[in-house]
Amino acid sequence: MSESAITITNLTKRFNGITAVDNLSLEIGWGELFGILGPNGAGKSTTVNILNTLLEPTEGSATLDGHDVVFDPEHVRKVIGVCPQEPAFYPHLTGRENITLMGDMHLVPKDVLESRVSSMVERIGMETDIDRLAKEYSGGMIRRVSMLMALVNDPKIALLDEPTVAMDPKSRRAVWDYIRELRMQGKAIILTTHYMEEAQELCDRVAIIDEGKLIALGSPTDLMETHQSKNLEEVFLKLTGKKLREET
Amino acid sequence: MNPRRIISLVKKDLKKTHREPAVLFLLIIFPIVLTIVFGFAFGGIGDGGTTSFDVGLLNLDATSPQADWSMAFVNNLTDSEVFVVYAYDDNATGQSALLQGNLDAFIVIPEGFGDSIASYYGSPIDPSSWTNTTIGLYVDSGSMMAVSAVPPLVQQVLMKTVFGSDAMTLNLPIEISSPALVKSSTFSQWDFMAPGIFAFASIFLTMIVAQSMTYERDEGLLKRLRTTPVSSAEYMVSQTLTYMIIASVQVALVLASSFAIGYRPATGPAGIAFTFVIALAFSLVAVGFGLIAASISKSAEVSTGVSFAFIMPQMFFGTFMPLGGATEVIAKFMPSKYLTDTVTTLFLRGAPITTPVIWTNLAIVSILGVLLVAVGIVLFEKFGSR
Ligand SMILES: Nc1ncnc2c1ncn2[C@@H]1O[C@H](COP(=O)(O)OP(=O)(O)OP(=O)(O)O)[C@@H](O)[C@H]1O
Ligand SMILES: [Mg+2]
Repeated sequence: MSESAITITNLTKRFNGITAVDNLSLEIGWGELFGILGPNGAGKSTTVNILNTLLEPTEGSATLDGHDVVFDPEHVRKVIGVCPQEPAFYPHLTGRENITLMGDMHLVPKDVLESRVSSMVERIGMETDIDRLAKEYSGGMIRRVSMLMALVNDPKIALLDEPTVAMDPKSRRAVWDYIRELRMQGKAIILTTHYMEEAQELCDRVAIIDEGKLIALGSPTDLMETHQSKNLEEVFLKLTGKKLREET
Repeated sequence: MNPRRIISLVKKDLKKTHREPAVLFLLIIFPIVLTIVFGFAFGGIGDGGTTSFDVGLLNLDATSPQADWSMAFVNNLTDSEVFVVYAYDDNATGQSALLQGNLDAFIVIPEGFGDSIASYYGSPIDPSSWTNTTIGLYVDSGSMMAVSAVPPLVQQVLMKTVFGSDAMTLNLPIEISSPALVKSSTFSQWDFMAPGIFAFASIFLTMIVAQSMTYERDEGLLKRLRTTPVSSAEYMVSQTLTYMIIASVQVALVLASSFAIGYRPATGPAGIAFTFVIALAFSLVAVGFGLIAASISKSAEVSTGVSFAFIMPQMFFGTFMPLGGATEVIAKFMPSKYLTDTVTTLFLRGAPITTPVIWTNLAIVSILGVLLVAVGIVLFEKFGSR
């Protein structure tokens, strides 16, 4: 196992003219729950999508579990669990079939897979609905299934892009517990979110990015202290709102 | 390439055929309904059980010194399982039997037939020294089946007589007159149409492939899969396999439902097995077109329209639509035509599976299928998957 779970070095991603990620460097350790915060369009998803091998960086590099996302994407794909911002699922399959399909892609042994899916489903409170077709699901149900689709391979590194959007408070708590447990098992987790109380409650460290640039990095308590704020939301607004005030 | 991943993806796609009403309808119900509706509409099923052609024969060369040749020709006609030969002593009786629908065709071997072949063997490479003759051929115009099947079959028998094998057309002193069509009726339209249903059903695979690929792309499913260890080769194999399975189910359904309403193809298990094989090859063509349609379509809705650009011509020029003149030329470019032609040869003409033309057709469809799938994959990976 490599020393740090994720190493991002001078990472830049440009889309014809727009710099979505701008010279970002981060290091995330095993057993760390790392939050990426930032306003809409800050570059959170772009960063996550480079880590999950969907996008290639324009400049810089990223390694997961010691393997470069560009040069060894096959290894990276084996060790990650990916929850995309827009949940992608097969509407004509049941929730259970969607989750099992992802397990098959990762070649999770069949007997393990079956019992794992059942216990995951129970954890997240989906027992009664899991065998319904996914097209009949509510928004929050979809999100929960999408989350399990990401975690069914028991990944060493979980990349979760706004996993708790649209969930009711009870489901969200269940997901939080789940994520905490993953951290206890020594897994590295990247979580993007717009819910500041979620980041504050959950994350060991957070990075706040804006226009692709890192503008703050540290544990929620450190950041609140440094910026003399009573919660993370205040920190966020102070840092990302600055520009708005300057402009007006 | 891991079989578990492929099987899992195939199952995922096959579930669509019974869980998504539109797919269920287009791929499963439509072929059955089409078969039954056309079967009844163009009717007469069950009474056209004949699988061979009744052919009248008048040999005007029977008494010449070279009569062996015409005898051999008659024997070959009789031996070929497709013809039931009735000898006639004069032209008028034969013609009238044809008119009354008692015969599918009437063949007149001209005087000098044997001399003609002998002259050919005298100097095979010098056409100017040949004695030319023409075999008279009259076919029942009411039987589309006879019209399309008899002339080439007679040609085949002639070749066999002269060369002892099914040699391809060469320059010969004997010509077969372009068949004079004689009206009467024997078979129903349906016997002629049934083979086209097989291609008709499978053609629509293109649309489902295109729709499902664009859907998976637009909904981020392809991307999601791409973050897992599944390779694009495994994914493409799963797609191809899925539609090959569906195509064979379609053939089975069309066969079963046409059988249920009384249709009896003029072929045995070997011919039916061959039909499955060429239908599988044709499903590759459909998948290839589907991938190409998906590559150039911005959305699942657009892909429906784009697929029709591939479906329509094949439907009109390569299934059971009547053809003639210039359309025959266009049909040569329609992959579905080769499937229909093969099924027609087997089911309608009752040709044995050793018939060269069906193997040529299989080769054409297979090569085209593999090529189109390859092109489709390249295009889709490059432009279609974004
Ligand atoms: N495929 C693309 N083509 C062009 N521009 C893109 C593409 N993907 C992202 N961008 C741009 O990159 C920037 C960062 O987008 P990104 O999706 O990473 O933001 P985000 O932080 O995830 O925002 P949100 O909170 O809304 O999810 C935006 O300006 C966006 O318009
Ligand atoms: Mg985002």
